[in-house]
Amino acid sequence: MPIYQEIPDISQLQEIARQVRLDILEMLFKSGSGHTGGSLSATDILVALFFAQMRFNPRDPCWPGRDRFVLSKGHAAPALYAVLSRLGYFPRKELLTLRQFGSSLQGHPDSSCTPGVEVSTGSLGQGLSIANGMALAARLNGSGARVYALLGDGEVQEGQIWEAAMSAAHYKLDNLVAVLDRNRLQIDGRTADVMGLEPLAQKWEAFGWHTQEVDGHSFPELLAALKATDGVAGRPHMIVAHTVKGKGVSIFENQAKYHGVTPTKEEYEQALKELA
Amino acid sequence: MAAQESTRVEYGKALLKLGEENPDVVALDADLSGSTQTKHFAKAFPERFFNMGVAEQDMLGTAAGLALGGKIPFASTFAVFATGRAWEQIRQSIAYAKLNVKIVASHGGVSVGEDGGSHQAVEDLALMRILPNMVVLVPADGPETRAMVRWAASYQGPVYIRTGRMPFPVIYPEDHDFEPGRSDILKEGTDVTLAGIGLMVHHCLQAADLLAAAGVSARVLNLSCLKPLDWQLVADSARSTGALVTAEEHLATGGLGSAVSEVLAEHCPAPLQRIGLRDIFGTSGPADILLKHYGLMPDDIKEAALKAIARKNQR
Repeated sequence: MPIYQEIPDISQLQEIARQVRLDILEMLFKSGSGHTGGSLSATDILVALFFAQMRFNPRDPCWPGRDRFVLSKGHAAPALYAVLSRLGYFPRKELLTLRQFGSSLQGHPDSSCTPGVEVSTGSLGQGLSIANGMALAARLNGSGARVYALLGDGEVQEGQIWEAAMSAAHYKLDNLVAVLDRNRLQIDGRTADVMGLEPLAQKWEAFGWHTQEVDGHSFPELLAALKATDGVAGRPHMIVAHTVKGKGVSIFENQAKYHGVTPTKEEYEQALKELA
Repeated sequence: MAAQESTRVEYGKALLKLGEENPDVVALDADLSGSTQTKHFAKAFPERFFNMGVAEQDMLGTAAGLALGGKIPFASTFAVFATGRAWEQIRQSIAYAKLNVKIVASHGGVSVGEDGGSHQAVEDLALMRILPNMVVLVPADGPETRAMVRWAASYQGPVYIRTGRMPFPVIYPEDHDFEPGRSDILKEGTDVTLAGIGLMVHHCLQAADLLAAAGVSARVLNLSCLKPLDWQLVADSARSTGALVTAEEHLATGGLGSAVSEVLAEHCPAPLQRIGLRDIFGTSGPADILLKHYGLMPDDIKEAALKAIARKNQR
């Protein structure tokens, strides 16, 4: 939450998430290209982080003491853009330029052109190492800032994630919180069929992380898990958030095909009705 | 005989000095801190040194994060692993956002020797040169290594520096300065230009002596700043000598030979002979035997120069 604002209550967070989902769908419908399923599965996590947990200041984006965020699953960029715009980093009308030539909103996050985007991502598996480096720098700087990273579940099939899992624990990065958007689907189908990940939470635990599992669409559970990270020192924090890909619109939910497909006019109209 | 210094050893000393001068300088290694010489920094500044284990991809990503946090990270390992294993991390996490990461990789070229082809980087310069935003440097001696490391720390953006395993003779004065995009004429000459990088600069100088004995006047360039290349110096050399040889401990494609070819094609076409590995990997053996085997010796440069001059004279 911006440091000058009150933290919203649960019902306010739910309302923000509803509006963010509407923004995401409008952006994707307008652009005709982008990632629907993973943006909607990550929405509540992003809203919890940006509106209730992290400390930053959109009026002073480079405030050294700010918490940092890394969208390691960079294809959920529409969700991040919708959140950043709502926080005042850039005007809402820019959302409708998503993926267009000359737009500040690139297909995947680009720190060089989007206010509020700290790290350029898009190639999966690289964000956690970057988050580790930022956490090490924050420790060296003595700033007290925390680093938050959002990972996809298909993404953790990348070997570099497990290199980073080892190094975060080795360097005892307790100022690092990773949230894993466990929506159980990837482009080619179910993660269990494409490349099995289980036992996933146990893997992070075994790598030395303080690991929690939550319903990634429950704000009380997300906020409680984030709060619980305060009480554990000397270990990085992993929150495995169980989510539904395409959450919020029945026709997109749990459908692998909407990973990288945008709504048709009819689908968009139905989505507006469901989210009304 | 001139004093001998190894560029990787001088990197280790320069990094230590930087660490003393600038508290924002941090260093990373991937379990090769003895070979890359980051061990001196590690010993002096343990809180600013991060051994990432045998995990080059994570090392370069972590370096990107440290740069985002305002640090000046120097990340080191063997050139083949830094640029090959972690190429996409360098592309996506570092070069794409023009992050302030310095990659100083040792063991470039076949003079690595006995470890063999798996450990001899002969494609690293091609892999780094192709990346937008990346500066690519190959120092030819100790003073140049120190100057490049100092400059890299003062420059905001990604830099790749290749160091070598073997010691080379010292050719620059102790107070040598480095300026990006500008290269030096080490020896004036009129009949042919010999352009080298790293160890091959010294072989070019020796080749120039061999040519002088045969009545041929060779200009020698140290094109240690491979990117941005001093293209005006290359074009000027093509105009004034009319024939060129490039020499690198690298594939003849993608590195110096290609960079010079590009300048000649666009600005001043002239006969060019490229000294380098021809579509082949390295192999095990003592460095001196390998340098002979792959045609990287002063004699080979001399023969290439005579060929280039003959082509010039046929025009």
